[in-house]
Amino acid sequence: MANKPILKEVLRDRGVSRRGFMRYCATLTSLMALPAAMAPKVAQALEGAPRPSVIWLSFQECTGCTESITRSSAPSLEDLIFNAISLDYHHTLQAASGHAAEAAREAAMKAQDGKYLLIVDGSIPLGNPGYSTIAGISNEDMLRDAAKGAAAIIAVGSCAAYGGLPMADPNPTGAVSVSQIITDKPVVNIPGCPPIAAVMTGVLAHFLTFQGLPDLDELGRPVVFYGDTIHDRCYRRPFYNQGLFAKGFDDEGARKGWCLYELGCKGPVTRNACATIKWNGGVSFPIQSGHGCIGCSQPDFWDAGSLYTAVASPTADITPVAGMAAAAGVGAGVAVAALNAQSKKKTASESTPVTVQELGDKQ
Amino acid sequence: MTEPGMDLLMWARGTGFQIAIGVFLFGLVLRLIEIFALRRKADVAPPKGDAVSGGLRTIFTRFVPAPGFAALLPAQIIGGVIFHFGLLFIVFFFVPHIAVIKDTFGVSWPGISSAVINALTVLTVAILVVLLVVRLKHPVRRYLSDFQDYFIWALTVVPLVSGYMAFNAVGPYTIVLAIHVLSAELLIALIPFTRLTHAFTWVSSRYYNGAFAGRKGTMS
Repeated sequence: MANKPILKEVLRDRGVSRRGFMRYCATLTSLMALPAAMAPKVAQALEGAPRPSVIWLSFQECTGCTESITRSSAPSLEDLIFNAISLDYHHTLQAASGHAAEAAREAAMKAQDGKYLLIVDGSIPLGNPGYSTIAGISNEDMLRDAAKGAAAIIAVGSCAAYGGLPMADPNPTGAVSVSQIITDKPVVNIPGCPPIAAVMTGVLAHFLTFQGLPDLDELGRPVVFYGDTIHDRCYRRPFYNQGLFAKGFDDEGARKGWCLYELGCKGPVTRNACATIKWNGGVSFPIQSGHGCIGCSQPDFWDAGSLYTAVASPTADITPVAGMAAAAGVGAGVAVAALNAQSKKKTASESTPVTVQELGDKQ
Repeated sequence: MTEPGMDLLMWARGTGFQIAIGVFLFGLVLRLIEIFALRRKADVAPPKGDAVSGGLRTIFTRFVPAPGFAALLPAQIIGGVIFHFGLLFIVFFFVPHIAVIKDTFGVSWPGISSAVINALTVLTVAILVVLLVVRLKHPVRRYLSDFQDYFIWALTVVPLVSGYMAFNAVGPYTIVLAIHVLSAELLIALIPFTRLTHAFTWVSSRYYNGAFAGRKGTMS
């Protein structure tokens, strides 16, 4: 690692000004919810940071996570930060292939033992090792092997973090998440389908600045980026509060930018930073573009009912149940009514009228 | 690995909802048939008034308290009226509730401002608390109250409080929403098996009393 250029040199070579770099550090500091006074410290740490070795493993995935992270409105400073790490293995991006690529991975793992960052995207199939292999090595074996010497493990995307689409019912490959296999080391989950590029670089910057991982919630997500729901920070929230909802994607409410709750927006139950950091360099995010949040950063979001059904609406058809229940109710009602009538008749037949004479005797 | 409360919410939206609707319909049909199948002996005395008009009149006259009662029981009468209308508006005119009805039965109608519903919820819960205190503080009312009176109070208040919390982002939303949906389902399922059945029988029972009195030429 010592013979690799530090970030300061990489940035200088790429023509990034000091001012631009400081602005980026201030943005990162803000993103990480640190006090503004921490910006110089972040800058200092990043400037002097050696380029950490990163090994990126892609398993059952669609490459969307890589697309998101590497194409972050290039050429951006985030992109440069990403280039400033030493990406020693990423089979989609690297030039080497086949045995040469695997040799590079093994060499990096050996040279940087205990120091490298392991980033994983995609879920791991346990149903059959043959469902997904790289150079004849099963995903599970490669993950376990690479995790041994990693300084930190980052599961990028909903598939690596929670199983994602491959794990959706009926989970034909027996897919699991990284943290279901690696249980002896902390795993940072950066869910999303795909995750926001700035969130990824924010976690990396935190690692470089503080030589440690950010605070995580119970699902392994950095609290700073996943602490709030989309609904909490949505600019359309006032319309929800006022009860103004779009009923269709092209009605008057939609044109006026009203709340998309009724169109199935999953913002209330989805934790992510889309509403604040946004996408494409802060240009927009799905709700701003007129489509409800689909909850892609939540575990099992594919199995959480229709993407276009309100978050509290029923997911099941009640017609057959209602029909059976009503029919059973008719049967039970008729039976109870018959019993009541019988009981009444019996009581009437057994009762003996009290005569005036008897009443007199009792007195 | 799932978001806390998500499994519960998904169960509530699926199986829980089916069970609640199933139990509710079964119970309601059973109770209504049982009630309407009850018979009295034929009244052979000549009628002194019209039963139908007496019954219809009583359906409406019972909205107004009998003379003297308003002064005697102000909290119950005023609070009771506001509480019932509050509940009606909260359940049937909060837009997300209309969305549930639309997704279930395919019918919908315009809702009212969520801010108004929010305020109504606070008022309705406050009235429920007052009514509970009034019940507990008066020795006779306390004596006349049984477990079911307190149980249906709780059954009504939990969906209101959890709904308020969900709307105002108090507590973890997913868990709070799951509790809200489940408590509402419990309320729906138990309506036919508790005194809450009056939500479906108040018209017929008023008519029955009114018609009975009307035939005798008296007012109910």
